[in-house]
Amino acid sequence: MNTLEFTILTGLSSFVAGFLGSLTGLGGGVVIVPLLTLVFGVDIRYAIGASLVSVIATSSGAAAAYVKEGYSNIRIGMFLEIATTIGALAGAAVAARLPASVIAVIFGLVLIYSAYLSGRPREEKISDDPPDRLATLLRMHGSYPTSQGPQHYRVRAVPTGFGLMFVAGMLSGLLGIGSGAVKVLALDRIMRLPFKVSTTTSNFMIGVTAAASASVYLNRGYIDPGLAMPVMLGVLAGSLLGARVLVRAQTRILRIIFSLVIVLLGVQMIYNGLTGRF
Amino acid sequence: MGNLLRAGVILAAAVVLVGGIFYLIHYGATSPDYRVFRGEPADLRSVSGIFADAIDLRSRGLIQLGLLLLVATPVARVVFSVFAFARQHDLTYVVLTLIVLAVLIYSLVGWHA
Repeated sequence: MNTLEFTILTGLSSFVAGFLGSLTGLGGGVVIVPLLTLVFGVDIRYAIGASLVSVIATSSGAAAAYVKEGYSNIRIGMFLEIATTIGALAGAAVAARLPASVIAVIFGLVLIYSAYLSGRPREEKISDDPPDRLATLLRMHGSYPTSQGPQHYRVRAVPTGFGLMFVAGMLSGLLGIGSGAVKVLALDRIMRLPFKVSTTTSNFMIGVTAAASASVYLNRGYIDPGLAMPVMLGVLAGSLLGARVLVRAQTRILRIIFSLVIVLLGVQMIYNGLTGRF
Repeated sequence: MGNLLRAGVILAAAVVLVGGIFYLIHYGATSPDYRVFRGEPADLRSVSGIFADAIDLRSRGLIQLGLLLLVATPVARVVFSVFAFARQHDLTYVVLTLIVLAVLIYSLVGWHA
């Protein structure tokens, strides 16, 4: 296989990953690293570098569409980004000291866990509990537009959410993923934000978090232009197309299939990591 | 704000695409080797090195410049948020946003590497 063929094949696979990721809401980034390492035999460090770049592209592309509609809560996003960016730096520092096989095993576990998280039904709970004092102090409560006028909401458990965001950032820096699943978990299960707000705020944060990790990887020489080029362009084109089709598509079955693929890739990553094939 | 993100991504993708075409013309027939990790040469690791390579129209430098623009897009968004909060006289959030910006700049300049 020469470079031209390799570029076309990785570009097309990244396109499919981006398309399915955006159609199912599971994100294309999570399958890029297993795809590059297991199918194309790429070293995991180059794969993580290329994946991070594609995460920034899809997050910024998608966030551009949401910011206008007034759903994302910029204050919450910015406050929590302190945790995610510092976490990302810590994760990238840890990644440099861990053997590739250990990173592969952690990656596999995170893949399986995010497939599990996305399979659970999300329930929206508007609680009557008193709001978090820190949230009130930092004026995080907000509202978002609905057809019946603005819907107000209160924010809870800011410190726990902040801690979980540090973990999300670490995973992003360690594994080169957006960790959207963990971010949404923190925002809607812990801090009790409405879905529309948590999804769009998470998207806004993913790009900033990934930018912190990607910078560290760039400085360390983990981002190879020849590999990142087809991956970034493929994932971006695929996810943009996916977002257009999404409105009309019946995604339930697709989500189940894609979740199964993610679980299988996770098992394979763990197996290969444990048997020393990384 | 949405337009800034969109413009950043489009510009970055265009630069990567142009660099990619040069790259494939140059290296298309060689065989790729990503099995063994070697790390990128010093010029493709730093902001100044990437700019120097891109001005020379070297294909790998051009792609890397596009990727750098992509990384800079969310950073630019944070910079704009500093001004947006300042305009609302929201000092707390100006400070919080500056902390995020400081972490991002620290990652990018690579003092830690």
